[in-house]
Amino acid sequence: MEGLRRLPASSTFRLALVYMALFMVSVLVLLVFIYWSTAASIERQTDETIEAEIRGLAERYDSDGLPGLSAQIADRLRRHQPGDSSIYLFADQRFVPLVGNLSGWPVQKTDSEGWLDFRLGDDMSGQVHMARARVFRVRGNYHLLVGRNMSELAKTRETMVNTLVWGSLIMFGFALLGSVMMNRSVTRRIDTINRASSEIMAGNLSKRIPSRSSGDEFDQLSENLNHMLDQIELLMDGVRRVSDNIAHDLRTPLSRLRQRLETARAGNGNQQQRLELIDQALLEADGLLKTFNALLRIARIESDSLQAIFSDVDLGGLLRDVVELYEPVAEQKSQVIEISGDESVLIDGDRDMLFQALANLLDNAIKYSPESSIIQVHLGEIELSLCDQGPGIARSEHEKVFQRFYRTDASRSTAGSGLGLSLVKAVAVFHKIDIELSDNEPGLCVILRFGGKNLSRRDTGSG
Amino acid sequence: MRILIIEDDRDTATYIKKGVEEAGHVADHATQGRDGLLLATTEQYDVLIIDRMLPEMDGLAIVKTIRASENSTPVLILSALGEVDDRVQGLRAGADDYLAKPFAFSELMARLEALIRRKDVDAPVTRLQVDDLQLDLLSREVTRAGQVLDLQPREFRLLEYLMRHNGQVVTRTMLLEKVWDYHFDPQTNIIDVHISRLRGKIDKGFDRPLLHTVRGSGYVLRA
Repeated sequence: MEGLRRLPASSTFRLALVYMALFMVSVLVLLVFIYWSTAASIERQTDETIEAEIRGLAERYDSDGLPGLSAQIADRLRRHQPGDSSIYLFADQRFVPLVGNLSGWPVQKTDSEGWLDFRLGDDMSGQVHMARARVFRVRGNYHLLVGRNMSELAKTRETMVNTLVWGSLIMFGFALLGSVMMNRSVTRRIDTINRASSEIMAGNLSKRIPSRSSGDEFDQLSENLNHMLDQIELLMDGVRRVSDNIAHDLRTPLSRLRQRLETARAGNGNQQQRLELIDQALLEADGLLKTFNALLRIARIESDSLQAIFSDVDLGGLLRDVVELYEPVAEQKSQVIEISGDESVLIDGDRDMLFQALANLLDNAIKYSPESSIIQVHLGEIELSLCDQGPGIARSEHEKVFQRFYRTDASRSTAGSGLGLSLVKAVAVFHKIDIELSDNEPGLCVILRFGGKNLSRRDTGSG
Repeated sequence: MRILIIEDDRDTATYIKKGVEEAGHVADHATQGRDGLLLATTEQYDVLIIDRMLPEMDGLAIVKTIRASENSTPVLILSALGEVDDRVQGLRAGADDYLAKPFAFSELMARLEALIRRKDVDAPVTRLQVDDLQLDLLSREVTRAGQVLDLQPREFRLLEYLMRHNGQVVTRTMLLEKVWDYHFDPQTNIIDVHISRLRGKIDKGFDRPLLHTVRGSGYVLRA
């Protein structure tokens, strides 16, 4: 019964009711239309018959006079069946009845067309019916009346109205039943989803919404919700892991900063040494700020809350600028950077973001490659690759290195925030660029695939 | 120089005010956007420092209003929003420079001085000279004490910028923005490497070093 109480609030119930109501209204309109046209048709037919009869009688009177007319009327009356509704009356100039089956001339006046509706009393049943008649004034100022007892028509009308009313009631009953049934089936499906969601919200994150595999909209909804939950679970795992990393990676510089300041405050040593310590503390603070800024930047790119300026970016020019910027650093390690491939490749993107991504990649390559090694950068029509001869990244870590603060064991001791690749990944995703890591045997190859995919960015109006 | 600081955060404002006064400048401070706007339009300043997030008024709106009244006083926007698109918005509104909080005071000072000097710096010249170092913008030739120095294109641009701002401290960020035209955070100190390369070419072998490192700030080219 709980379900019934909730019924009025259910939108499917209300929707079903609305549809049923519309249906009912249209059927009702149809029935009423049928009724009126039928009744009107019957009325018209009756009038025509009366008209034909009275003309016939009038002609008889013209040709055969009163005896002929009386004979005709008598004949007709003799052939009267019980239930026959014909009414005849021939009266004189003073409306005194002469021949016919009506007791007196009706008191009602005729209308402009010569028709009149009057009340008829039935001697036998004592009921009063309505009658309709046509009146002629014939030779000698006599009056002729031919009419019909409309009780039959009234009965027909009554039957039709009854049918309408009962029909409507039955329809309404069915409509209500139908709405309830529809609502029940829909509510049951939705309830399953709601129940599962409540359980998940209560904390059981690994629970999933059951689906019937029927492929209908509810199952699709369930599947989509399940995918979302999978994503959420993944993200939450990621967040947990990252918070652990953050705690460690940010605590170290913060402790160093504090330590320097503390030592400076302690006052041992001269002014110069104290200033030195404060400078070091400032450096740690700057490093921390940089890390936070990078984190914020990555977060903003990932959540798409950036109003990026998209324009045509020449990857060739960008690449040459990045290489030029880092070339002196490579030179210090006697490394050689080789650029090959297309001179100019245009893609739709944010210039500074792409520059930052390429700079991070080249910076990593230089940082982790040994002295005198070669770094190869190749630009193609649909992809860009950056390969070094360093230690490379194990296949098992290919997914992880893009996480914030993730450092491979080999790189843990090298300077850096651990955010470089996270930013590269964020920028790549933002530009709908695929990023792939492969083995350069030895070393690492980072491949960025853009192709025609990133053109869709402009259509979303985010430029 | 006379500086106007429109900043609602008293700590930041005091920090800036003290710093610039110690450097020998005069600073006025307004905590409300409306008061700041009034001062900016009625008084003469060499540079305006405007915080982007003011309580009842958007800092950018103040800049737009100032610019609409044909006032071309250099404006530096200070903001907790430091993304590139925020910079571009600020510059589009009419500001001349944009600095994200938190900032190092030396960075702020260097940029303020660059803003003041801008009128002279952008003046069309064909030759720049600092001590015995000469840079010819037409022939793209650099000589020191008569000796022709071989510089790569980017080194030339770097030196040109330093010479145009000679005597002023130039920060690493400024160099990245102006000489390389990119807004990004390098993970390693690549600017330092470029500077030391340049130093090797213009200072090595000559009796007086011209390119100096200013600890905690950046670099300066001066005799």
